[in-house]
Amino acid sequence: MARNFLVMLGLLAGCYGFNFVLAEFIEVVYVDYINLCGLAIILAVGLNVINGLAGQFSLGHAGFMSVGAFAGAYASIMLTYGVIESGPLSFASMGSFLLCLALSGLSAAAVGALVGAPTLRLKGDYLAIATLGFAEITRIVLTAQDAIGGPTGLKRIPKMPLLPGAEKWDGGTSTFWIYAFVCLVILLSLNLQRSTFGRALICVRENELAAETMGVRAARMKVMAFVYGAFFAGIAGCLYAHYQHSVRPDDFTTVRSIEVVVMLVLGGLGSLTGAVVGAVIVTLMPQFLRPLEEFLNLSGLSMVVYAALLLLMMLFRPQGIFGQRELSLKLLRRLVPGAGRESGP
Amino acid sequence: MDFTQLLQNMTNGVAKGSCYALVAVGYTMVYGVLQLINFAHSDVYMLGAYFAYWPAKWMGYLPDEKGGRAQDVPLALVGLFVVGSMVACAAVGALIERAAYRPLRNSGRLAPLITAIGVSLLLEYGGQMVFGTEPRLFPTFVEAQSYDVGGVKFANTSIIIVVTAAVLMGALTLFVNHTRQGRALRAVSHSFNNARLMGINVNATITMTFMLGSSLAAVGGILVAMDQPTITPLMGLRMGLKAFVAAVLGGIGSIPGAALGGLLLGVSESVVAYWSTTYSEAVAFLILIGVLLVRPAGILGSSAREKV
Repeated sequence: MARNFLVMLGLLAGCYGFNFVLAEFIEVVYVDYINLCGLAIILAVGLNVINGLAGQFSLGHAGFMSVGAFAGAYASIMLTYGVIESGPLSFASMGSFLLCLALSGLSAAAVGALVGAPTLRLKGDYLAIATLGFAEITRIVLTAQDAIGGPTGLKRIPKMPLLPGAEKWDGGTSTFWIYAFVCLVILLSLNLQRSTFGRALICVRENELAAETMGVRAARMKVMAFVYGAFFAGIAGCLYAHYQHSVRPDDFTTVRSIEVVVMLVLGGLGSLTGAVVGAVIVTLMPQFLRPLEEFLNLSGLSMVVYAALLLLMMLFRPQGIFGQRELSLKLLRRLVPGAGRESGP
Repeated sequence: MDFTQLLQNMTNGVAKGSCYALVAVGYTMVYGVLQLINFAHSDVYMLGAYFAYWPAKWMGYLPDEKGGRAQDVPLALVGLFVVGSMVACAAVGALIERAAYRPLRNSGRLAPLITAIGVSLLLEYGGQMVFGTEPRLFPTFVEAQSYDVGGVKFANTSIIIVVTAAVLMGALTLFVNHTRQGRALRAVSHSFNNARLMGINVNATITMTFMLGSSLAAVGGILVAMDQPTITPLMGLRMGLKAFVAAVLGGIGSIPGAALGGLLLGVSESVVAYWSTTYSEAVAFLILIGVLLVRPAGILGSSAREKV
């Protein structure tokens, strides 16, 4: 526990340095890509616990994200200005931002528990379509709420708060906040995979009946997986809202949920490093295809390439880039010829 | 409460529901045979509308740039366009099955599901690339008219939709229940191996299932396009989800179930739209989750516990 705490502190310091380097030396466009990758990683690693470890195919991650985004954005607007749509764009204090983040995570987790409950009865594609339905209902309900702006959503959401010593950084401190949570979710998920809870989830995925026989409470485990994934989706939503300064219900359509699933499938369902790599690929690919799209004047090209990649992946390597393995130093050593010969094949 | 308005909404709902039913049949047949949610089905529906749009455009049955009034398409040509679109969509359906689903037939259920999502994205954004993102005005296949019965308006397009859907669904039911191929289809949906042992060509039957579903989706696409009257490459997104809900509601695998589910969904959406159009969009999903939790086999489905 103490070791993890120290690791996290070290990672936070690393994020601070990372943010400093990006803010000072890297062009804003690329910083934006890096931040978007970070948000995608939080989403994908969270969903990996539901879809990959617990084997519950959820297609509604955007729903959890939207709950977190609106809860966090509403809370931060209320905390900073007291009313919607007025006041300057700045955050009062770091404490109030952390409060908003906690609120968004918890509210999304509550919805996750609610959505997780039907998983006790549904499996496979029925579950997929039910979670998709939940996400769509969430979006429609949010659209109908005038208190949070209806279809136009919330605007003028304060920027993420500054850090000590970071007052003069051009790019702001979004990278620090986003990557702090990237580190947190990866560290937690790594530990989770190796914990009793993680093993229990894998048990449920492989054979629910056998898991029950071994004394694993499958129903509770599945709901817990949803709570965990939804919590981080909520955090990602809150960060996204503060990063974009505005948020609309239509930011969280089914396409967004599918995107997160594609990240996992591409990287390898059940592999944490796979989720990270998948998130980076899926986020960056359209950005780099966009110039080509504009050059050829073919709108939709990047999405077509993306879909084709998904299809080819499923047809020729359905287990994803990593399968269920993790990218580790051991694996790297095996891949590089010559190195690691002493450890054997 | 305005009962005439409510009645009006309900009649509109019947027309909408008939379109849902036509598309739902494709979902239900494929699910019955392969246990696969064919996400790409709704995009075949979109293609159906475009396959009827292009020939009409090439023959000059669209309003010109000067805003001149569009010429009506003669009835014989309408028939030709519809049949042509059905054939083209059947070919697309068969192609999708052959290229994307057949190689994965024995690799669990998750891989085909994700592949289906991939094919769907490919058709949607490929459609954007080829057809352009902007909505296009659909040619006038029939002159719009409406009949007033006691304050409730019946548009002739609505009547055409309901009649066409009823005729096609009836024909499909006859085909499935009273022909050799129909019997083969039912046998395959029961068990691949047993069907094969009885000398049924399973692959050909599955291809036929896709072709039947796709051609009905094409008609659905054209009917909706006539009613709207604009089409976009993403028109299948919403339709697909709704039609799938209709199939689940009626009982997946059951053709009369798809018809019933479609009608029920269409009417309930339109009735809720009387109070709130925003929430009427959520009706389908509420029904979906309700059905899945209370009676996963749907209204007319045989109890299929192991599937859920």
